[in-house]
Amino acid sequence: MSMAIAAERPQATAEERCEYTLRLADTSLVAGQRLAEWLGHGPALEEDLALGNIALDLIGQARLLLALAGRIEGRGRDEDALAFWRDAAQFRNVSLAEQPNGDFGHTIVRQCLLDAWQLETYASLAGSADTELADIAKKAAKECRYHWRYSAGWLVRLGDGTEESHRRVSEAVQDLWRFTDELLTPDALDARMAECGIAPPAAAVRERWEQRVAAALREAKLPCPVHQHYPWHGKRGVHTEALGHLLATLQHLPRAHPGVSW
Amino acid sequence: MSAQAADAAPRRERRIWRTLQSVMDPEIPVVNVVELGIVRHVRTGEDGRVHVGLTPTYSGCPATEAIEQAVRAALDRAGLDDVALETVLWPAWSSEWLSESGRRKLEAFGIAIEPRAGGAPACPRCASRNVERVGEFGSTPCKAHYRCRTCLEPFDTFKCL
Repeated sequence: MSMAIAAERPQATAEERCEYTLRLADTSLVAGQRLAEWLGHGPALEEDLALGNIALDLIGQARLLLALAGRIEGRGRDEDALAFWRDAAQFRNVSLAEQPNGDFGHTIVRQCLLDAWQLETYASLAGSADTELADIAKKAAKECRYHWRYSAGWLVRLGDGTEESHRRVSEAVQDLWRFTDELLTPDALDARMAECGIAPPAAAVRERWEQRVAAALREAKLPCPVHQHYPWHGKRGVHTEALGHLLATLQHLPRAHPGVSW
Repeated sequence: MSAQAADAAPRRERRIWRTLQSVMDPEIPVVNVVELGIVRHVRTGEDGRVHVGLTPTYSGCPATEAIEQAVRAALDRAGLDDVALETVLWPAWSSEWLSESGRRKLEAFGIAIEPRAGGAPACPRCASRNVERVGEFGSTPCKAHYRCRTCLEPFDTFKCL
């Protein structure tokens, strides 16, 4: 019986699986690196610790996912080789993750939109046909649940706060909303992975993301912007200028001193 | 595997468990890795090697590598050199995995544990339940930051995840 099901379901190639895993891995890595830029600059010690802790979780997820992508690829590249020795065009993160921090409210809005997507995606990936990916996702989903609690909590406090805090997060929502289309609209690879039982159906993730984000925006007294078509394609390697600057910092040390350890 | 080797396997596994009990958490040096609940299994594989499964508390826990190295060093010192260390991701770690003795030692050390059923942890210093959460995030990824309203002391709490 189970063999019959396996025979009916199309099998993804190693190249497709590697590419899809890199999308998740790079999104966590780049988002984690962005949050790490807040270290020592948080508006209060608690927020400094919070952003640093979330960054650690994200970089930890990236490490597990990059290692998995390397094993699928089978060319001997480990997580460090993939993180430090690829250039911007080879990164597959969604463009939202690479957007600069701006002020604290801007970072909170970016995290909110991304946390909701990671949470729904990882929760659905728990049932993935790729069992290694499913195990990483189940652990990551637990972490993303409190990342979301943190960012959504701040979204409400800032949106429903002072006139100035409301204005600032309101502008951030307007500025970052255009990057959400990429999260929710499947391309050919997303569709293929869903067909193979590896990725969740995009429509299900979209519906839960929209409900989650709309409820948080309502509570924060922020208007939900209208859908905007997305002109960039980070997950296909076409990035905004911001990624190159981020990678320059991230990759500087191992590139300046290849093989360095400490 | 010969009958003699099959008999030796459980003894060897028990020795490994005892050795692991000497490896302390690098951040919280009062609990060992077995009490912390991050040793998932010690079992002899068909190849005759013993496999030790370790799980990280959090994906990004920076102590994960330090713990692996400490486990390896302790096994080497005990002359247990043919042991394979492997990472187990699921079921994921949660505060449920802390042993009873681990919980008591953490509380004596000043770290509370969030109750599984929800609600506030007791202050590890004065046992008061009149506490408030200051931040979701504490000094390490596995902890949140609280303050006791009775004795006014701040304290770390193991998150219940």
